[in-house]
Amino acid sequence: MATNFGFSISKPRVIDMDANNLRKSDDILASMPQLQSCIGCGACTASCTAGNLTSFNFRKVHTLVRRGEYTGVYEELNKCMLCGKCRLLCPRGINTRAAVMTIKRTLGDF
Amino acid sequence: MRRGNWEEYQKSIADDNYYYARSCIRQNFFPGSEKAFLDIVANRLGRNIYDDPLHSSCTGIGYHSDIVPLDTIMAVVARQFALMNEAGYENLVSSCITSFGIYTEILSTWEEFPETEQRAAETLYKATGRTLVKPKNVAHTSDVIFHLRKQIAEQMTRPLINVRTGEPLRVVEHIGCHYAKIFPKKGIGGSEFPYVLAGMIESWGGEVVDYPERRHCCGFGFRNYLVQANRGYSVANSQKKLESMAPYRPDFIVCNCPGCAMFLDKWQYTIAEMEGTTYGQGGVGIPVLTYEEMAGLVLGYDPWQLGMQMHQVDVEPLLDKMGVEYDPATKYLGVNGKYIGKPEQAVVNGDCPSGFYSMLSL
Repeated sequence: MATNFGFSISKPRVIDMDANNLRKSDDILASMPQLQSCIGCGACTASCTAGNLTSFNFRKVHTLVRRGEYTGVYEELNKCMLCGKCRLLCPRGINTRAAVMTIKRTLGDF
Repeated sequence: MRRGNWEEYQKSIADDNYYYARSCIRQNFFPGSEKAFLDIVANRLGRNIYDDPLHSSCTGIGYHSDIVPLDTIMAVVARQFALMNEAGYENLVSSCITSFGIYTEILSTWEEFPETEQRAAETLYKATGRTLVKPKNVAHTSDVIFHLRKQIAEQMTRPLINVRTGEPLRVVEHIGCHYAKIFPKKGIGGSEFPYVLAGMIESWGGEVVDYPERRHCCGFGFRNYLVQANRGYSVANSQKKLESMAPYRPDFIVCNCPGCAMFLDKWQYTIAEMEGTTYGQGGVGIPVLTYEEMAGLVLGYDPWQLGMQMHQVDVEPLLDKMGVEYDPATKYLGVNGKYIGKPEQAVVNGDCPSGFYSMLSL
């Protein structure tokens, strides 16, 4: 057995854009070009009904997807209740509820 | 960078009459280095240096771990300065980078906030009856070796040359964060272009390796290793550096900080035992030296007298490259010829059972 020191080597939390496959991310952007205008203000997360009770954070999920980090995204988006309050607040008029569904459809196999 | 700016990052280093402040941890992990420094400076280069048995720890480790309060450490530092004055010296030379950072930080604090200096002086007087007199010059021991590097080069018997190929040895230099990242103008070359170790390497015939993570911290950071659960972050920093330098095939690493030399050496052992990865040539680790050990080898000292048997990564591959004659039989014999014990086999020194890690990856 490899020696147990009581701790393990921390892995970096850097997102490596060169290593990530952005094909799915590009597909999502192609079907919803308005996502390009997101300024990451977090109004969607601040107003989120699901996020009020859980750790669900749409801004974080969206940012990760755009950077090619897809692991666990589908399960995370299942927490969304599709109430659409975020859509009322988005300063860029993005149809965030549609964005949730688009991302889930595209990443259904992840 | 404008030349005028560069001149701001040159510091004055006293030429003689040093008061020596030892490090707490170096005497455990690199026990020969401080002795070698004293011998080189006093006996080889004829300088006056005083090794005072009265001085204490600077308590920097406790300070950076939030155990020792600022007023306490100021009083301790004030006592060191008072002892130096009583001994008749005014040039403080600190063996430890943490202590060097502490001394420069406290002197700057006293300059910015004179009431803190007055408070420290009062505490010192009440506690010990001593009077605070500030040093005229504060330098790290690597500054002194840098200052004397050309004289050392004149007495050099083994330059940093690979005797098999005739090529300069490829050396990674690593500067301690507290040397110049806290007060850049107190270090030679500042925090971005520190020249203190590079100057030694160039003067003694070696080649400095420039690699992407050259200025990254070794991961020592007191809070990161004192708590076992945090050590994964500490070792990850060393691993980041080692992975970055490995493609440049360095022959050895030289550090001017006790913590960096210890961690870059010992984390190589840890990474090898955990993951089976080594970063040197031939399936072994990269030897890590202190600058005194490098100076000692260059001046012809015996590697076992320099305490190099205490390293986690074996130094023999480097000694062979430099053409250093050494007796393997006396490696683990102490000063009086007494057996000091031998470490167990380690993956980092190429003692991996065959197929061990390939089996793990199945």
